[in-house]
Parts: sequence; structure tokens; C-alpha cells
Amino acid sequence: MKAIETKDLVKRFEDVEAVKGINLEIEEGELFGLLGPNGAGKTTTISMLCTITNPTSGSASVFGHDVKKESSTVRGMIGIVFQDPSLDDNLTGKENLDFHGRLYKVPRNEIAGRINEVLELVELADKANVIVKKYSGGMKRRLEIARGLLHHPRVLFLDEPTLGLDPQTRLHIWEYIEKLNREKKITMILTTHYMDEADKLCDRIAIIDHGQIVAMDTPENLKHDVGGDVVTMTVPHGSEQLKTKLEQLEFVKSAQLVDGTLRLSVEKGETAIPIFMDVARQEGIAVPSIALHEPTLEDIFIKYTGREIRAQEAASGFAAYHGPGRR
Amino acid sequence: MPDGRMAFLGDIYSIWLREMTRYVRARSRVITSLITPLLWLIIFGTGFSSALSVGGTGGSNYINFLAPGILGMVVLFTGMFSGMSVMFDKEFGFLKEILVAPVSRTSIVIGKALGGTTQGAIQGVLIFGLSYFIGVRISGTLGLAGAIVLILVTMFFIGMGFVGLGISIASRIENIEGFQVVMNLLVLPIFFLSGAFFPVTSLPAWMKALVDINPLAYGVDALRYAVTGLHSYALTTDLAVVVGFFVLMMIVGSILFRNVH
Repeated sequence: MKAIETKDLVKRFEDVEAVKGINLEIEEGELFGLLGPNGAGKTTTISMLCTITNPTSGSASVFGHDVKKESSTVRGMIGIVFQDPSLDDNLTGKENLDFHGRLYKVPRNEIAGRINEVLELVELADKANVIVKKYSGGMKRRLEIARGLLHHPRVLFLDEPTLGLDPQTRLHIWEYIEKLNREKKITMILTTHYMDEADKLCDRIAIIDHGQIVAMDTPENLKHDVGGDVVTMTVPHGSEQLKTKLEQLEFVKSAQLVDGTLRLSVEKGETAIPIFMDVARQEGIAVPSIALHEPTLEDIFIKYTGREIRAQEAASGFAAYHGPGRR
Repeated sequence: MPDGRMAFLGDIYSIWLREMTRYVRARSRVITSLITPLLWLIIFGTGFSSALSVGGTGGSNYINFLAPGILGMVVLFTGMFSGMSVMFDKEFGFLKEILVAPVSRTSIVIGKALGGTTQGAIQGVLIFGLSYFIGVRISGTLGLAGAIVLILVTMFFIGMGFVGLGISIASRIENIEGFQVVMNLLVLPIFFLSGAFFPVTSLPAWMKALVDINPLAYGVDALRYAVTGLHSYALTTDLAVVVGFFVLMMIVGSILFRNVH
């Protein structure tokens, strides 16, 4: 039986179709990533899988239980780490966990042991009796992960688990996620717009854009798809003609011009660079910098969507933090 | 008892326990919340009872007349605030944690209502105890034990009712600013038109009509009957209205809360 299965899953809000027919099959024990820019439909998809929102059409199930018809069975089987904070700041870490344990019917004679277990796991045991208000952002996140695990869910959903955290804490959280997936065999579905996060953690990735899956495979296969090397050139405005010229070269597999960066997928980067520079000179275009790297998920994302994920994130991420009605 | 019902009661208890943990933690808030009603009672009560003898208030003992009104006020304010705390839970994200848990919405509403009512009752009892020192005495015909039972029963039903009303409103308004509006446009009129300050028997017709549709007026009337023996409505009417209000608000609260996300 699949851990998660969706068929033509659609969510429509008044006039916007946020999710436009998603088909997923996630195996038990898999660490699966939903990758895409903000507003791509990742959180909406997760919300439907977690029974928070009902699908407009199509179906989704968790271990064979329909999210709409058997929502309370599903709720008992899953753990969720939300994108926005969802702790009671006026309770201690331990009290937050205890409350969770009660809601999820963790047997009372096991609760103390389990609280210790999950707190040890995220290294918060010494902060158990501290009011959550006094926790740092990273500690809160870890407590939320601990809470998501307390009732031994079979599937754990992590919605942007490291959003807004410093690099060191991110690495830490990645370690926990990998450890949990490996040792406890918990199926995990994580959404992220960090390419490196998806690349490092996930067994398989679905790239979502405008509510649709545009690519789905292992990170290795996705990168292999692009193949060869990627050359990125910083170019001035109005370099469309240069792009057209370079695209015509027979060894160039694809070219995208996004925000003043020209990205060229080629077989052998070392030999391509001098030729690119020559063409640029003939066109009278000064190229301040040029770089060569192996394909990353970033390149794959751009290949499939024609857009850069980071530029988008910078713009909408700001709104998410400072817009009204959040946190 | 079947498992489902046990779980339902367990969920109610869990929600109640969280409300109470938060309440006990916010000690300073508990103390300040006692100050306002005590100020009303001491300053307003003493001022009026020395300035005049208000007709129909039981002679010169205005403080005795006012005390049940202040009890009603405490239950009203605590209940509404507690119900509307759903909005703060929403604002700070905690509501999601509760909503995705395998618990029924009805148990959340009842648990919250019991939490708010317990807080209101604790505050009411504290204030009523303190008011002994400014001369408030139970002088009704029910005897001490009977009066206390009637006070607690009445506080329970109106407390639950107003938490339910608070939850209903919080389920419908989106932003925290709306909270102030509701407090000023709804809670204060409910309080002022409850007969907490003055007898409602000889009011102009338009005002009497507003009092008659105010559930708190019946609650205050029952409380006043317990404390002083005075009343404007029959006790059975009082109890019928407060119980009806409680049932109605639990149903409306559960229905409206079901659509919160």
C-alpha cells in the first residue's frame, strides 16, 4: 500500500485554482520533497493531505484512508510541522508536548517516556520546563518537530521546516530529519523552496509550479536529465540577441535568460567558455563574469519553469513576514 | 462508557486543562482582573449608597444590590474574553495544532467554555468573598447554602453562554481589531442593560424591551435573588432563560466554529 496517493487532486479558491490536478504516489519510508516557489501550491497540497482543507475535486489518501471521508483516522496517523509557528508561547515545552499527547490519545502511562524521548532527539531535554516564549526560533522549530513525532505518526509532513532559520540550525534540523527517516522509517513529505535542502534530504522530488507537477524523479536523475555542465554568464540588459546567437551553437543544449543571467547547458563547459566569450565580443557585449558548474536543482527548476526560484522567494518571502495577519 | 464518549470527555478535559494552565500562569492578569470589579463595587457602590437611596434597590443598602450585578459583569467579561481567545490562538498559530488533532470541534468548544466559566467562577467567588469586607451580606430567603448553590448554577450557565457567544463571534471575524469593536459595541451594552446598576422594573418601555432580550439581565436577576431576595422576573423564568441561552450558544458556537480554519 502506498503511504500517500493522490488522483487528480484539485483545489480551487473562489477565483484561483491553487492546485490543478496533482497525481502522487509516495512509498512507505520515502523522504519526498515538494519543491517550488512560494504560491506554487505546495502548502495547499499539504493542507489537503493533512485534512486541513478539503479538495475541490479528485482524491487523496494516506495509507488507503481517504482524507475527506476518513479525516479523523488520517489525523491520528500523521504528524505535521507547520510553516508558521503553532506553539502555545505561554506554556512550557513539556506542557506543549503533554497537551499534544492528550489530543492524540497517547497512553498516559507512556507519555512521560515519550516526551523525554522526543526532547532528547531534538536536544531540548534541558529546556523542557522553560516557557516557550523564551525559546529561540531554532528551538521552537525543533520543539515543533518533536511534537510532530510524539504520537508516533506513520507520515510526517514538514512544511518549509527550515524557513527563516540560520544556516547552522538548518544543518541541525536536516540531521534530525535524516535520522528520523532512517531510524524510525517514518515516511516524510517535506515542502521547501530551498534547492539545497531538497537535494540533500529527499529520495524523490516533485517540482511544482503554478499548481502542477512539472517534473518528478530522484535528484540525481533530475540533474542527469540536464547533463553536462552549466555555464552562467552575467550579461547587461538587452542581451536577447546574444542568447539567440549562442543557442544556435550546436553544442548548446538549452539557454535561459533570467534576471540578467544567461544560463547555458552544454556538454563540456571548459571548451564552451572561450567560444561564448568570442561570440559575446563579436556582438559587442561586455560580460563581467562567467562561471561553470555542474547542474544543480536550481538549473532544473529554471529549465522546467523558465524562472529563478530565489528571486521569487525574495519578493514574496518579504510579504509573508511583514504582511498583515501573519504571526 | 463507550470509547468514543470517553475520548470526547477526555478531549474536553484536555482543552480545559490548557485554559487553566494558561490562567494560573498569568497571575498578574488574574489580580488586575479583580481590580476593575472591586473598584466598581467599592467606589460606585459606596458613592451611590451614601448619596441616595435608589428606589426599589432594597433601601439604603445599594452595595448589596450592586454586588450581584458585579458578579454578572465578571462572568460576562471573563466569558467573552475567553471565547474570543480563539482569535488569539488563530493569530499566533496555535489553533492549527488543535484543529488538525483527532478531536471533535464540539469538544473544543465545550472545553473552552468550561475553561472560561471556571475562570469566571473563581474570580466571582474571590470578589464575592472580598465584598464581605465592604458590607455585602447574603440576606435572601434561600439561606446561605441555597444562595451559594443558586449563585454557582447561575454563573455556570451564563458563563458557558457568553464563552459560546465569544467563540461564535471570534469564528466570524478575521482580524484582531474587530475584537475591540465587539467589546465596545456588544459587551458594554449587555452589561449596562443587564440591570446590574439599577432596577429594571420602572424603566421606559424602549429600554425595558432591550433589557428583556438581554440574557444577562436574567442571570443578574437570579444572582440578585440569591443575594438579596429581590427580583424583577420569576426565578423559573430566570433559570429557563439562562439555561436556554447556554444551550443555544453551545450549538451556535459549535456550528460556527466548525467552519474556522
